[in-house]
Amino acid sequence: MREEKKVLLRCEHLVKEFPVDRKRAVHAVSDISLEIYEGECLALVGESGCGKSTLGRTLIQLHEPTSGKVFFRDAEISAMKPAQFAQYRRQMQMIFQDPYASLDPRMTVRDIIAEPLVTHKVCESKEAVTARVLELMDAVGVPREFLYRYPHQFSGGQRQRIGIARAVALNPSLVICDEPVSALDVSVQSQVLNLLKDIQANYGLTYLFISHDLSVVRFISNRVCVMFLGKICEIGDSETIYRDPVHPYTKFLMNAIPIANPHLREQEKTLLEGEIPSPIDPPKGCRFHTRCPYATDRCRAEEPALREVKGRQVACHLV
Amino acid sequence: MEEKLLEINHLKSYFFTRKGVSPAVDDVSLAVPKGKIVGIVGESGCGKSMTAKSIMDLLKYPGRIVEGEILLDGKDLTKLSARERRRVRGEDVSMIFQEPMTSLNPVVKVGKQVREAILTHQKVDRAEAKRRVLEVFRQVGISEPEKRYECYPHELSGGLRQRVMIAMAMVCRPKLMIADEPTTALDVTIEAQILKLIKTLCETTGMSCLLISHNLGVIAQMCDYVYVMYAGKIVEQGDVFTLFDHPRHPYTQGLLASIIHLDEQRERLSTIPGMVPNLMHLPEGCAFCNRCGQAMDCCRTKKPELYDLGGGHAFRCFLPGESEASHA
Ligand SMILES: Nc1ncnc2c1ncn2[C@@H]1O[C@H](COP(=O)(O)OP(=O)(O)OP(=O)(O)O)[C@@H](O)[C@H]1O
Ligand SMILES: Nc1ncnc2c1ncn2[C@@H]1O[C@H](COP(=O)(O)OP(=O)(O)OP(=O)(O)O)[C@@H](O)[C@H]1O
Ligand code: SF4
Ligand SMILES: [Mg+2]
Ligand SMILES: [Mg+2]
Repeated sequence: MREEKKVLLRCEHLVKEFPVDRKRAVHAVSDISLEIYEGECLALVGESGCGKSTLGRTLIQLHEPTSGKVFFRDAEISAMKPAQFAQYRRQMQMIFQDPYASLDPRMTVRDIIAEPLVTHKVCESKEAVTARVLELMDAVGVPREFLYRYPHQFSGGQRQRIGIARAVALNPSLVICDEPVSALDVSVQSQVLNLLKDIQANYGLTYLFISHDLSVVRFISNRVCVMFLGKICEIGDSETIYRDPVHPYTKFLMNAIPIANPHLREQEKTLLEGEIPSPIDPPKGCRFHTRCPYATDRCRAEEPALREVKGRQVACHLV
Repeated sequence: MEEKLLEINHLKSYFFTRKGVSPAVDDVSLAVPKGKIVGIVGESGCGKSMTAKSIMDLLKYPGRIVEGEILLDGKDLTKLSARERRRVRGEDVSMIFQEPMTSLNPVVKVGKQVREAILTHQKVDRAEAKRRVLEVFRQVGISEPEKRYECYPHELSGGLRQRVMIAMAMVCRPKLMIADEPTTALDVTIEAQILKLIKTLCETTGMSCLLISHNLGVIAQMCDYVYVMYAGKIVEQGDVFTLFDHPRHPYTQGLLASIIHLDEQRERLSTIPGMVPNLMHLPEGCAFCNRCGQAMDCCRTKKPELYDLGGGHAFRCFLPGESEASHA
């Protein structure tokens, strides 16, 4: 029997543009529709500037969409007034890349983790807040005796643990992790990735995991969404896509990863030529066509739609 | 025996701060043979950049070389006059950095910056210098070199800026290029282009390269020989195949075990407990002892020496070193 997957968050034709001047805009997210299922970890991957963070932020209404709709369970959160949205706010939290910049340097660990608890008045008393903070510190592996320390007294990995404790303090449903381990050392990165996986299981969380690192994504995600210049190229189960990428861009991306095995280096790699085009003036047709070695006239003129190919969704005319 | 271009012997570069002495480079010896790519790998703060900066004479106060030799073609760079050092730095050895934006002048066109680098070191006229810039731009794969010549750094993408940096490093045809995390700020498809470029340049010009990276993938793809650094010291060294196939130091083993493999999804990642120690408060014995799963009593009190395993492979650890034969 196949388990029925419940949709937690969904967007339809979501667009986010940032105006540059009167006439021009950065097309950060262009007509994206996707679902995030309850309990899964969906990863957004793609190169710098392709719109991963913007999509994540627009989904949880940290950016107002230029157009399109976002639904949380069945409620259209993109149409809500701020007062109405407030009750949904705490369901969606975020963990950021830079553990140095994302914590207020003048606050103690207790106050940092307690802030969401206090703002949403979820604890009866000060003591109850502290007790909950200590519980969260245990959960993320920050020793209790550091309760009254300041962020600068911690290493990057510990700061990231504090950021995680803060994000899960309100028992959210969805956590958006935006490059949560990119600033960490290799040995600490694997500690934090294991922690993120444990926390997801223990708190029953759904993750939207943003990363440009395909190895990290391989470990943490169930599904992957590969983006290029504000569009989805390929989306589907991680297992399927890593085993057999179909979109030319996904293939190049996978092929470019430097593999930590010197025996595999003599294989001639086909490399992607050129640079990423400007999101202010994205190419017509398929946005990847200027870098794609297989591009045809059709690719230059007509935009490919996402369709089912080999058990995943792909946007390419040639597959 | 391979001919050595660069040989560093017992280099110590320390930072003398008010809070204490930080031994950023602590008794480091390494060699770069002619025409080879040699890697230094290690985590943040372990002394990779300071090793490179010592070679380039770029250490800033309160850091300085305390002792040791840096031999380039047999000549000790630490004993040269300031003027000779400047010449070597511009002509025989050049360096590229992680963030090209900070090493390019934002208000000068990139073509002119590279041209100035030629004019400073070579007796050629401006027209000839410009011709050489365009030639080297083409060599490093900059498309439309005439157009790019007139661009300011901010008008170029990260990948193109790094190519300009490489062009600048290449114009004087150095014998050694030091590349300090040259692709860390770049996207993976651009990273692959730049790595391929560095490799091709080494192969076609006979240049040697000292490549610094924290990424074991980059090291495995690029290097002939590898040094693993931890807390200011070389803890293991060997040719790239030996090092990846038969790592002997618990730290190297831990690093390699924590690599994520793309062909299978694992439930959990293997980790090294704890974190990199502060150089000013190193453990008394082996710097790795409080993170090491195999630490013994002696590890906490005595500092291990580099143990030679033969064939260029060595590790700094008290664990028995003989059992190499069991792999054969
Ligand atoms: N607040 C903003 N104002 C104007 N432009 C923006 C803003 N935020 C993002 N952009 C632009 O939108 C595009 C997408 O940016 P975004 O940060 O979403 O990319 P990303 O995929 O997260 O990249 P990275 O991997 O570098 O974090 C970029 O061109 C960026 O410059
Ligand atoms: N200005 C300074 N004052 C005191 N100590 C310093 C200073 N600059 C560097 N150090 C010391 O030198 C050590 C080595 O730094 P280095 O930049 O070589 O590390 P690295 O291996 O290049 O790390 P990364 O991967 O982060 O670039 C640091 O751990 C630090 O203790
Ligand atoms: S010397 Fe001891 S503590 Fe250091 S790495 Fe070897 S076994 Fe571990
Ligand atoms: Mg981002
Ligand atoms: Mg460095």
